[in-house]
Amino acid sequence: MTTILTESNAYKAESAKPVGDALWLSAEDCAAASGWTLKPEGLCKDDICLPIPKDQSSNFVSDGSVNLAAFWQLMDRPVLHDEQGSTWMLGAGHQDRSKSLESLQAPDFSLPDLDGEMHALSDFRGKRVFLTTWSSW
Amino acid sequence: MPVWQALYEEVEDQDFMIVAVAEESRGAETAREFIAEASPSYVCLIDEHHLVADLFNMVNVPNSVWIDEHGKIVRPSETTGSHDAWRAMNREDMSMPDESAAIADKAQKTYMGAVKDWAINGAQSRHAFDETAAKAHLKLPSKETALAHANFRLGVYLRQLGNESEGDTFLKTATELHPDSWNMFRQAMNLRELGPMGLAADEDFFERVDNLGAGRYYPPPDIEGFPTALGFEPPK
Repeated sequence: MTTILTESNAYKAESAKPVGDALWLSAEDCAAASGWTLKPEGLCKDDICLPIPKDQSSNFVSDGSVNLAAFWQLMDRPVLHDEQGSTWMLGAGHQDRSKSLESLQAPDFSLPDLDGEMHALSDFRGKRVFLTTWSSW
Repeated sequence: MPVWQALYEEVEDQDFMIVAVAEESRGAETAREFIAEASPSYVCLIDEHHLVADLFNMVNVPNSVWIDEHGKIVRPSETTGSHDAWRAMNREDMSMPDESAAIADKAQKTYMGAVKDWAINGAQSRHAFDETAAKAHLKLPSKETALAHANFRLGVYLRQLGNESEGDTFLKTATELHPDSWNMFRQAMNLRELGPMGLAADEDFFERVDNLGAGRYYPPPDIEGFPTALGFEPPK
């Protein structure tokens, strides 16, 4: 079983076929792992569609499977995997991060409290939030 | 943390919330005793993969971001009142020269005072930046920084699976890609081996601190009255 990590998710993809630096997935697993859906016009999320590069389409889509790693690299986002190819990390791109910060809209996140209950930053909309980090180390 | 609880109680009736995030890859149990000690009524969250540091481009703890009622950043990430004066500490007995202790204390109080002013006065507080000033204070991540965070997340995850050696390889790559990040460097050290009192402050750490010279471990926040002097004599 292959696990696909994104910034806040760990998805176990039954259909995954890692081949070297390629990560082939069914369209269903691709959507569940990443939020990107395969459509005739390309790989899409919200109102953005990445067209499949014509000259190398078989590197991106083949028999209804998606090479999610190739699309991720096309977006200039980090793709990493362990030696076995059983755990993959699809990271956020620096342009995405920068764009988000430059908008000054605080990026939302959900994290657990000590009891495992999830809290989102956006739960506190309507209040001023002093977001502060600390550590034991 | 008890200082935040005191502040929170003082301004409790305001539309104000403290969200304290533990950057803690060892997980909730490591943070529990510290949180219990402060018995906070504000929100305490556990961030095993340092997502908040990633999202807000933070490189050290404690760091803070001020977010207004509409979810807008009015102060981008900055040092939460800590001061480089701590570097005057005697590393044998952890004592501080009075002068440096006074600077660190003034820094802490000045920052706390600013937070309290904003908690009460909101947008009217002189410490809340307007849009132009907030943008001017942003630090944006580089391509290497984004790649470092991906390496860090994968490294922590592999360690959680029990694959420590491969996890450590990704953590090492993360710290190399993002040398400004004390968070990655110290958390990776802490995962490899729990130091005395759980502190990730071994010889490598102090060597790295000394190599800063007159550079900052805690860049001072842009707050009126905040002590900007280094607060100690840097090593030659």
